[in-house]
Amino acid sequence: MKENSKYYAKYFLKGCGMNMGLRILVLLSVLFVFVSVGFAKDMELIGAGATFPYPLYSKMFDVYNKEYGAKINYQAIGSGGGIRQLTNKTVDFGGSDAIMGDKDLKEAGAPVLHIPTCAGAVVVTYNLSGDPQLKFTPDVIADIFLGKIKKWNDPRIAAVNAGVNLPNTEITVVHRSDGSGTTAIFSSYLSKVSPEWKEKVGAGPSLNWPAGLGGKGNPGVAGLVKQTPGSFGYVELIYALQNKMPYGTVKNKKGNFVKPSIASTSLAANTALPEDMKVDLTDTDAAEGYPISGFTWILVYKEQNYANKPEEKAKAVANLLWWMTHEGQKYAEPLHYAPLSKAAVAKAEKLIKSITYNGNPIMK
Amino acid sequence: MNHTMADAVVPKIPSKVAQRYKWEVSEASFRRILYICGLSLLVLLLAIFLSLVIASLPALTHFGFGFLIGKTWDPIRNEFGALPFLVGTLMSSFLALGISMLFSLPVSIFLGEYFRHGGASTLMKSVIELLAGIPSVIYGFWGLFLLVPLVRTLESHLGVAPQGVGIFTASLVLAVMIIPYAASIGTEVISLVPADLKEAAFSLGATRFEVIRKVVLPYSYSGIFAGILLALGRALGETMAVTMVIGNSNFLPKSIFSPGNTMASVIANEFTEATGSLYLASLIELALVLFMVTMVINILGKLIIHKMSVRK
Repeated sequence: MKENSKYYAKYFLKGCGMNMGLRILVLLSVLFVFVSVGFAKDMELIGAGATFPYPLYSKMFDVYNKEYGAKINYQAIGSGGGIRQLTNKTVDFGGSDAIMGDKDLKEAGAPVLHIPTCAGAVVVTYNLSGDPQLKFTPDVIADIFLGKIKKWNDPRIAAVNAGVNLPNTEITVVHRSDGSGTTAIFSSYLSKVSPEWKEKVGAGPSLNWPAGLGGKGNPGVAGLVKQTPGSFGYVELIYALQNKMPYGTVKNKKGNFVKPSIASTSLAANTALPEDMKVDLTDTDAAEGYPISGFTWILVYKEQNYANKPEEKAKAVANLLWWMTHEGQKYAEPLHYAPLSKAAVAKAEKLIKSITYNGNPIMK
Repeated sequence: MNHTMADAVVPKIPSKVAQRYKWEVSEASFRRILYICGLSLLVLLLAIFLSLVIASLPALTHFGFGFLIGKTWDPIRNEFGALPFLVGTLMSSFLALGISMLFSLPVSIFLGEYFRHGGASTLMKSVIELLAGIPSVIYGFWGLFLLVPLVRTLESHLGVAPQGVGIFTASLVLAVMIIPYAASIGTEVISLVPADLKEAAFSLGATRFEVIRKVVLPYSYSGIFAGILLALGRALGETMAVTMVIGNSNFLPKSIFSPGNTMASVIANEFTEATGSLYLASLIELALVLFMVTMVINILGKLIIHKMSVRK
């Protein structure tokens, strides 16, 4: 009998045909719409951009969600993508390792604020037998990447590394092949310390490299450096620390050789900061600062009433930014990011307070 | 036993009637569904082509034909030329095809003619299919950590710059990746050669090698070629594995050992961080060029297959 009832049930469904199925589908989708509208009442902010601060942001946003109930959805699609999405007004905020260029700002149509969230550094790494601790001067780094210094025992490398036995091997330059904020910081540094680099190559997330091999991402560069004897490349400080790679000490503008670390990266911001915080920290004036450092920013429109954005949401953006630059900073160091210096936080406060809705400041 | 009891309870005739009733109703709609599916694929292809053209218009008008022969790719100065990547793509794909054919053709003959059945044959077939299922990023890492040092050793013996990465390494990785496509189609085609043709040749006193050379291969040339074409299409578009071992240098490659770059890997590398409309349009034009190259090669291939079938 059981089989029979199953059989009739099947028959019944067949009799109803497509129409019934369609009706059920419509019913379900209507239900789904209601449910999702119900959920949408919780505050949800959408952001997209830089991959570099992603581990920190996901930690921060997770904590923030637990404490304040606002859900933040951040897509790590790269700084360029973050700028594009913000300009297209599809996100509430963008993330970027690079300052928006004049062209980008023009395309954005309205003033965009750059609010720093943490700092990072780029280190030069190498593969030499015995992993000697090497020192580099800015001109040497630039000329190696220009392909002008070709051998490890070049007198200019030896001059600042007395006592290190440098081999007579070719230097294989390794750079990033994918567009990245790391490359943007590194090339901006090289452009500042070498006029020739500035003229021939320039600064940006993707470059026309005069020499060397490209590896995809930090792991790609690290893989090539680890495998190629005599190679010389650059990776993020965090990546080098986590993977215990050797890295060089670099002479800064004040003439001190500074070892890259979280502390020396934070110290790089110990300098006169402009009000808009659109500052490139590379080749810093700070005496103790590591010279290849940079901020990473959250980008938001100064005037928040755009694309039918409700005032509530604008407030949520401002509150989130305030939290990230204050309470949120304590999550930076455990994840190997350099927290903002006091001076930087003070400037960030001013910027966040300048965010408006219909011309009225959101935070007082 | 239980099953046969249950079957006996259910009346058989209404079930058959229902079957026929359903079939008659769905005949027309089934055909309609087929038409819609087929047509939508065509529309999709056209839509991809059109959206590529529209999105790359700024670059198309700015560079014109110069895009294809320009040797500089400089995102800072907004100067874009695709020649090094075009050459890199074609060099790595065709080299890979050559290397893979050394393996895929013997494998097809082995599995399609000598060992068609049995455990060893089944095992080998599934191993080859497994090769096609490995994600390309795994091929990339395997190439980076295993092949690159080997190629570096080879290069230092040959007296070229021992970089390890380069077009040759990329071709090796690609060759392994595309073997399954050419090999499994080749196997199928060779095993479909009619037995009476082969038997006729044997009865005339031909040896097995002669049968393969004079009957089996000529009969299945067009099919084998179709498999190779499919493999080539795969090689042209491969991104991840290639970008990890090709060296990503934007210079025109001087030899098969020099580092290079392919169109697919440039797009994958630079798209996320590309700002500025001309830069973005140039990357999309690169995609358009890749699309066209694949299409031209496919059309040429189809012509060759047609010629081969006519000769037969």
